Amino acid sequence: MVDFNLNQAALTRKKIKGIIILGVICLFGFVMLIPFLWMISTSLKISTEVFATPPQWIPWPPQWINYLSAWAPKGLPETFNTYLKNTLIITFFNTLGAIVSSSFVAFGFARLRFKGRDFLFILLLGTMMIPVQVTMIPQFILFRSLGWIDTFLPLIVPNFFAISAFNVFLLRQFFMTLPPELDEAALIDGCSYFDIYWRIIMPLSWPVVATIAVFSFVYNWNDFLNPLIYLNSSQNFTLALGLQTFTTVYGSSYHLMMAASMLMLLPIIVVFFIGQKYFIEGIATTGLKG
Amino acid sequence: MKSSQLESVWGYIFIFPWILGLLFFTAGPIIASMLLSFCEWDLITPIKWVGFQNYIKMFTQDPRFWKSLYNTFFYTAMSVPLQLVAGLTIAVLMNQQVRFIKVFRTLFYLPSVTAGVASSIIWMWLFNPDVGLINYFLSMFGIHGPLWLASEFWAKPVYVIMSLWGVGGGMLIYLAGLQSIPAALYEAASIDGANSFQKFIHVTLPMLSPIIFFNLVILVIQSFQIFTQAYVMSGGSGAPADSTLFYVVYLYQMGFRFHQMGYASALAWILFLIILGATLLLFRFSGWVHYEGNTKGK
Repeated sequence: MVDFNLNQAALTRKKIKGIIILGVICLFGFVMLIPFLWMISTSLKISTEVFATPPQWIPWPPQWINYLSAWAPKGLPETFNTYLKNTLIITFFNTLGAIVSSSFVAFGFARLRFKGRDFLFILLLGTMMIPVQVTMIPQFILFRSLGWIDTFLPLIVPNFFAISAFNVFLLRQFFMTLPPELDEAALIDGCSYFDIYWRIIMPLSWPVVATIAVFSFVYNWNDFLNPLIYLNSSQNFTLALGLQTFTTVYGSSYHLMMAASMLMLLPIIVVFFIGQKYFIEGIATTGLKG
Repeated sequence: MKSSQLESVWGYIFIFPWILGLLFFTAGPIIASMLLSFCEWDLITPIKWVGFQNYIKMFTQDPRFWKSLYNTFFYTAMSVPLQLVAGLTIAVLMNQQVRFIKVFRTLFYLPSVTAGVASSIIWMWLFNPDVGLINYFLSMFGIHGPLWLASEFWAKPVYVIMSLWGVGGGMLIYLAGLQSIPAALYEAASIDGANSFQKFIHVTLPMLSPIIFFNLVILVIQSFQIFTQAYVMSGGSGAPADSTLFYVVYLYQMGFRFHQMGYASALAWILFLIILGATLLLFRFSGWVHYEGNTKGK
């Protein structure tokens, strides 16, 4: 009887503790969500509602037209059609380039033996230490001398040369976990090394390839510094640059700025929810951020 | 050809794209940047060798360099400890057995994925001094909120607060670490009569210390490189009165606005040295980090 009461008390205590923890989590979660909720709320208001005190959370009636006004803003030479198209082109090629070149190089480092391999791999890891600001200026001068300024080439081309040591490292670590007998058997069957890479190792590695794809997508979608350096004319702007230009013109029209921000964030949020498994696994397994 | 030779040749073929990338986009530019930092060049007039002039000028005659250094150190010193604690706190909460925990994990991670221009604009709106949500919230407690981004004193804290919104990436790394702590250690502590707080201090923290250290190093490196938010929220100027002129913003201005390629390269090398120095310093004082399987302590 005494035992039963003790258990009961312990159980109630555990329940109360659980409720308190859930309450704290909900509170923190709500605070994290406020910026998003406030963005959505503001994006659906008319300009007088935007400045109302106390702030109104539910705009009524919702002004969906704000999204159209933000998409094709008056007084700016381009619509978001242009920015979206440019961003899609750059993001697509960079993601493709990153996957193809990093996996190719990682295969060499992970599964083939050659002189100097370990030294070169340490060199590769060492390049992660150098901040981008060091190489940024000579790269700019190089691309300028090639006449590539105000084109997408400086943004895209380096990605086809395994420029991200992080990607190579991640793929190499994964390739190392696959049994070497796979390669040996394939060689006996008359496969070339390229066949082993393309037809055996790559199909087995799609989870880590997906991780790199989602990281690359997010990175390129959000990237601001590189487009800022290389793209000058507005018809070449990416979403990040276009949005920044938008704020310089529409700085006080918060409802339109929030609608434009929402347009930029929506694809990221969608990709994030589809690919969240890969984000979380990618970070958890390597302990690194993208 | 012998099969081992064939393997070697293929090995070099596979890593060849990276070798090219290294030469043209990494190693080549590193050497070029090193040389440029001893030159003066505005992209138009002929390039001129000036020796250590850029570095001397930077340290002796450039108040904006010191200002940007101060701003960046201030931001790092404020945001890194807060981000470390906030990330760990949320990770501990996310490690509890409660309902919908996966939904919450996603929610806390989301802001670190959306970081960039759009997020910066959202925060500009939240910190609007007249009608922003944050000053409205403060006014409910009778506090008259500051001018935030328009105030020399309050502009940097805006970036510190913003950085806390992005702790999700660090949180996930902590979480992976928390989940790999063996349950047996907690059971043993319970048998010894430890309460939750004691378990956290004597089991969780030591076991997690390598991960805390990792996050610390990464955060310091990232904080020194703060750029996009600061550029968007000050229009690239570092206003008001250079109080948000962070180091990389200044470097960008020098290189791509004033086209002082040599001076900007010198700035980049000083940044590299600062980051390297900070990293080495953190390693030097990493005696508190507990590595499992290392019986000799450090």
